Amino acid sequence: MISLTVNGKNYKVDVPKDISLLWVLRDYLKLPGTKFSCGIGECGSCTVLINGEAQRSCVIDAADVDGAEIVTIEGLPENHPVKRAWIQEQVVQCGYCQPGVMLQVAGLLSATKNPNAQDIIDSMDDLICRCGTYQRVKKGIETAIEIMRKEGTVS
Amino acid sequence: MKKTMTRRTFLKGSLAASGLTIVAYVTPLGTKIVSASGEASAAEGLKPSAFFQITPDNVVKVMVPNSEMGQGVRTALPMIIADELEADWDQLEIIQAPAADEFKNPILNNQLTVASASVRGFYVPMRKAGAAGRAVLIEAAAKEWNVPASQCKAEKGTVVNLKTGKKLTYGQLSIKAAKLAVPQDPTLKKESEFIYMGKAMPRVDIPEKVNGKAVFGFDVDLPDLHYAVLARPPAYGAKHLSFKADAAMAVKGVIKVVPTPRGIAVVAKTLDAAMKGREALDTQWDKGTHPQMDTASIEQSFIKDLEKPGANVITRGDVQKALGEAKKTYEATYYIPCVSHATMEPQTATADVRADRCDVYVPTQGQTLNHMVATKVSGLPPEKVHIHTTFLGCGLGRRPRPDQAIEAIIASKASGKPVKVIYTREEDIQTDFFRSAMAHRIKAGLDSGNQLVAWDHKVSSSSISRMNAGKEPKDGIDWYCLWGLWDAEKGPNKARMTYAFPNFSINLVLSDLPIPVAPWRSVQNAVNAFATESFIDEMAHLAGKDPLDFRLENLKHDMRATRVLENLASNSNWGKPLPKGWGRGIAQHRSFGTTIAEVVEVSVDAKSGAIQVHRVDVSVDCGPVVNPDPLEAQIQGAVTMGVSTTLFEEVQFANGGVASANFDDYRLIRMSEAPEVHVHVVKNNKVEDIGGIGEPGLMPLSAAVANAVFSVTGARVRRLPLTPERVMAAMKKA
Repeated sequence: MISLTVNGKNYKVDVPKDISLLWVLRDYLKLPGTKFSCGIGECGSCTVLINGEAQRSCVIDAADVDGAEIVTIEGLPENHPVKRAWIQEQVVQCGYCQPGVMLQVAGLLSATKNPNAQDIIDSMDDLICRCGTYQRVKKGIETAIEIMRKEGTVS
Repeated sequence: MKKTMTRRTFLKGSLAASGLTIVAYVTPLGTKIVSASGEASAAEGLKPSAFFQITPDNVVKVMVPNSEMGQGVRTALPMIIADELEADWDQLEIIQAPAADEFKNPILNNQLTVASASVRGFYVPMRKAGAAGRAVLIEAAAKEWNVPASQCKAEKGTVVNLKTGKKLTYGQLSIKAAKLAVPQDPTLKKESEFIYMGKAMPRVDIPEKVNGKAVFGFDVDLPDLHYAVLARPPAYGAKHLSFKADAAMAVKGVIKVVPTPRGIAVVAKTLDAAMKGREALDTQWDKGTHPQMDTASIEQSFIKDLEKPGANVITRGDVQKALGEAKKTYEATYYIPCVSHATMEPQTATADVRADRCDVYVPTQGQTLNHMVATKVSGLPPEKVHIHTTFLGCGLGRRPRPDQAIEAIIASKASGKPVKVIYTREEDIQTDFFRSAMAHRIKAGLDSGNQLVAWDHKVSSSSISRMNAGKEPKDGIDWYCLWGLWDAEKGPNKARMTYAFPNFSINLVLSDLPIPVAPWRSVQNAVNAFATESFIDEMAHLAGKDPLDFRLENLKHDMRATRVLENLASNSNWGKPLPKGWGRGIAQHRSFGTTIAEVVEVSVDAKSGAIQVHRVDVSVDCGPVVNPDPLEAQIQGAVTMGVSTTLFEEVQFANGGVASANFDDYRLIRMSEAPEVHVHVVKNNKVEDIGGIGEPGLMPLSAAVANAVFSVTGARVRRLPLTPERVMAAMKKA
């Protein structure tokens, strides 16, 4: 039995010892917004925030994050600058990798208030989007930063 | 008979709600439009292709036959109907169509989202259907008010009486309108009257994809859902020698072990248990049919196949004579290896087979095929089999195949449970039906005036028709392999080479290797364009001409290609100075009704041979544009994917099977490697010029990059991907 706080809600779940956080979120907690793609931490489709930091849920054992606070795409607020920017810039194509991409950006923007171009590349090069939305992801990040600046969340 | 049943069942269901239902039948003589109330007698034997329904509560229900995989079809097709119908965008209810004959794409005669065919297939029938709807709604209002129709005007979901200013909604008019005869040749809107088409409409699928609620194949959930994974053969043609079903059944949660045509399925209550059960199976396999086959032997085999005569696809003039008389001749050989679809969402399907019905939930591009196969495998009558299309985590040509559904149906039938079959990334890559490897050998001749007078082209390829559809191509001519070089006389894909050399021939050799291949975004267009447009560049240099001028000179006969190139010349930086170590390349192509050309700017690291693609300018004529923003996005994405295949992607084979397994050894492009993309659309509103946009961005890209690398290094790399090692080797030779 492990306890997880996901999107502000407490869960106690009985899961196999070696199961990854990804499958606990998807199949046990019924939060399918977090996606499976590579299973080896290469592509970032499974990215969630663990205690505020963007991490790959497919290579983290659920047991190792017992007690942690986790945010998935379902828990990222609807008015979050990243979600708004993603709609404004029409970033998404097939959309499968985008929950992970958006959480990676949310993690980046909460850790680095005003990332420069290199910070963005360093963070985003850890992800893969097969549709090739990279140009719009960049634009989306700029727009999210702009929204945060206007609304006073970034100094 | 069965087909008729399916069709009737669906239309009957839609008629249960009263209101106006417009159906468009595409016949060889044109589009026939009827109101569905008169459907049964009027349209017996014809297959309706596009329709919508207006209900008395003022909802316009639009059925989208195609699969949404990020290309924006779920927005584009409703835009066409809603515009001509003059419906209010907010009154639309957009519905993913089930698998049924009504939803077959008229140019493919199949419910199938491929070949950039959605808009080009449905554009005319949907415009006509929408316009016919608008006409009968106006007529119904005119009758209601007892005024001439010319006194009434449709305006965003209402008809307005121009004299009195009174309005009736489409909902209020729907029942009356349903009783009127539908005009067969309704007046289509002028471009100036469009309210949606040509304007950047936000895609309707994006909000749910941003909030995480979009349901992909992997996200399907049903009560008592079980999971299955398969032990799959490690080499082509490998058969299992043994597997321990008892050991798998002993794993807690495993309920069934069942062989399928593509492996042994383990069904369990949880995915974890299914995985552990598969491990416990400890399946032993024989070595398969080609245990010696590996990456190098495959390349040798395709190159060697070029020595065979092959099937003659087209001969014009006398190529050998012209080559003999040419002032200069030149020959080059190109090789392009297999690449994987590598869709972000691995393959999956969920099936729920009961005694009296079968439901399949699948991220498919091919409803007709999945329905046909599900009917066969479930053993149920076609009307009891329901294909539910989820969102697709990339399509790319990987997903018309029915294997996933077959496995899920077998597992569900055997276990009596709803079952989701899941592929790991490794399985996804290793069971892929790849973009076929190809070798090209082209020999061409210039006359004394440096005119290209002869072109002799030999291609070797796996047969997509044989490997993907089990159909032996007639006379050895497999059009899937040839698109971009040549196409059938009346082929719907309009994918013939734009050049018209007076002496010209193409021969095709089909490989007998066991590698499964299938269409892959562009089919073989991008591969054929790599060889052709690289070679055109080589000939331009041989002729001492600028590569753009040489193309223009050889495309004088083709107005669209000329305009596209001229548009590119004026909007890109072609001919302008570049920093040291940078180069520019150009290429052009036509397929799927769209003409496209690209200028690529690259830099090449002189020490390592590493290429960076900085900027791509794209000039495109796809005829009328429905939704310009997704058009730009499709080209950005296709160009980015093109860079990925040009610089990085190659499937590795070993021991008669696939050695590549995951994203750590099958390299895909990442953000820092993606170029800036600038799209320059050639305005063309001719309805008959409607073309596709999902794939063409890929077509000229590889050649344009290789041509740019040549322009900066003098090194010609004729083998993809253009790895630093290959670039260095070519630079040493140059």
